[in-house]
Amino acid sequence: MIRSDFNAIYVIVARELIKFVREKGRLISTLARPLVWLFLVGGGMSKMVSPDMGVPYIQFIFPGIIGMTILFSSIFSSISIIWDKEFGFMKEMLAAPVSRFSIVVGKALSGTAVSTIQALVILLLFPVIGLKLGIIQILFILCISIILSFCLSALGILIATFYENFESFSVIMNFIVMPMFFLSGAMYPVRLLPPVLGIFTRINPLTYGIDALKYMVLPEKKLLTQDFPLGLDISVIAVTSVIFVVIAANVFERRK
Amino acid sequence: MSIITVENLTKKFGPIAAVDGISFGVEKGSIFGFLGPNGAGKTTTINILCTLLSLTSGKALIDGHDCMKESSEVRKKIGIVFQDNTLDKELTAYENLLFHSYLYNVPKNDRKPRIEDALNFVGLYERSNEPVKRFSGGMKRRLEVARSIVHQPKVLFLDEPTLGLDPQSRTSLWEFISKLPEKHGVTIFMTTHYMEEAEICNKIAIIDKGKIIAQGSPEDLKKMVGGDVIYLKTKDNRKAIKDIKEALNLDAEEQDGEIYLSAARGDACIPTLIQTLADMVISVRLQRPTLNDVFLKLTGKAIRPEAVSGGNEIKEAIRSYRRKFDK
Ligand SMILES: Nc1ncnc2c1ncn2[C@@H]1O[C@H](COP(=O)(O)OP(=O)(O)OP(=O)(O)O)[C@@H](O)[C@H]1O
Ligand SMILES: [Mg+2]
Repeated sequence: MIRSDFNAIYVIVARELIKFVREKGRLISTLARPLVWLFLVGGGMSKMVSPDMGVPYIQFIFPGIIGMTILFSSIFSSISIIWDKEFGFMKEMLAAPVSRFSIVVGKALSGTAVSTIQALVILLLFPVIGLKLGIIQILFILCISIILSFCLSALGILIATFYENFESFSVIMNFIVMPMFFLSGAMYPVRLLPPVLGIFTRINPLTYGIDALKYMVLPEKKLLTQDFPLGLDISVIAVTSVIFVVIAANVFERRK
Repeated sequence: MSIITVENLTKKFGPIAAVDGISFGVEKGSIFGFLGPNGAGKTTTINILCTLLSLTSGKALIDGHDCMKESSEVRKKIGIVFQDNTLDKELTAYENLLFHSYLYNVPKNDRKPRIEDALNFVGLYERSNEPVKRFSGGMKRRLEVARSIVHQPKVLFLDEPTLGLDPQSRTSLWEFISKLPEKHGVTIFMTTHYMEEAEICNKIAIIDKGKIIAQGSPEDLKKMVGGDVIYLKTKDNRKAIKDIKEALNLDAEEQDGEIYLSAARGDACIPTLIQTLADMVISVRLQRPTLNDVFLKLTGKAIRPEAVSGGNEIKEAIRSYRRKFDK
């Protein structure tokens, strides 16, 4: 990779992190959602779900909540591209002598950094819900969080390239982000879903991320938690990441 | 030598041609003014030259590089101040320029001195570390100009750089901009709605509805609207008009108690006039054509009689438009 592209990627990520640190409210507000789900939904449902699952429900959904954190913060971070378009800053980037590819990768890595930090904050709550994780497990979970964050950030960029302003924001939330979450196996095992919905689950990259996270969080409960082999999970995430980045870079390259 | 060459450039948005077969060249190290009413196609042309828009047909070259096919070469050579603000308001002034210097691959050791230089130049050095959201509109504009020169471009595009500035800031910004060509050998391509600002241009093109309707130096263009206008106050206007007609064969007319007449060289004409009218004259003044008059005449928005319009109406119209626009 040429030096100028590297500089561009570096500075795009640095900008995002500076803004992330400055907007203290952002960290709190994005962490609030997973915490509410974990303790209110997870805690509440624990009493209803039959105990023969083998693990407490709150532990079962823990990987799903990490996935949720990553989903929301990655998509939100990438959606900032729409802000950049609306407020003109995007032009500053597009007029610069850097490849569209490095702009997309820079933006995807920005999302990755921000959402991995948030996933880590949630992950470190594991003792509170009675889980025991070793250091190796934590490192693996972190690695999966990183690639999943990258994948979903790239998806967010791809979505953002098709919107010029924020009017369609609720459309993105209601028709893309929320369905992705519910059809990901975060709240229940994928194979419990009816076949039609099962198809959507299978084309959803988040499903594979959460599947891998489940495997790492609850390795000994394989039968209960795992729907796909770990190798497949990781390959799907990697391949879709590349596809999203390449398409987004091509869309950026197109001039009106 | 032309550093910007545009030949038969056309840009269509759907069926509508925003830019319709324009051609011009800009000399290296000169200031080129692109003038025209709202919607004439100025920004569209700049966006094509800056590689942000594709062209429908024709050719656009910057420093020998094709704006369509060699966009990354073109991008390295140009700096831009866009018509609308493109700063990151959450970042500080310094950070905005630092971001820019990374994007343009400014060598590591040059970054800090160049940014500080640029900030000094526009008088914002003391406010380097303040977030841009706390800046006034004029300060933001100056900061954008500073940013556009941090990477030492060969060609600088300024799309209405003084939009929303007060008269003092406008003057100081132009003082600074007009120094750039000799100092750094930069070529400037600018648009503005303030006709008097275009006086600093070496060459001007006037564009209307996507077509260039006139180009040349400010002097050349002024010649197109005819000569100067002389205004006279006399003790007896009716007699004065008759005398002028008889003695000099010039048509004078009366308006608001004043006589006015056009003459190719007004300054040379005044002595003869005063001799002819002898002690009838109370006062004389001479008005030379301004770019405003040129603009009015060419874009067809003049109010008759042409010579008397003085451009006040359009000035007022632009001003009130701007007031709306700035909000
Ligand atoms: N993206 C676009 N899609 C469709 N039409 C466009 C687009 N951009 C510009 N136009 C049209 O092209 C014409 C020229 O617009 P342009 O912005 O170049 O004008 P301008 O000379 O810069 O005007 P102003 O002085 O108001 O900035 C206008 O009629 C405008 O409506
Ligand atoms: Mg414009």
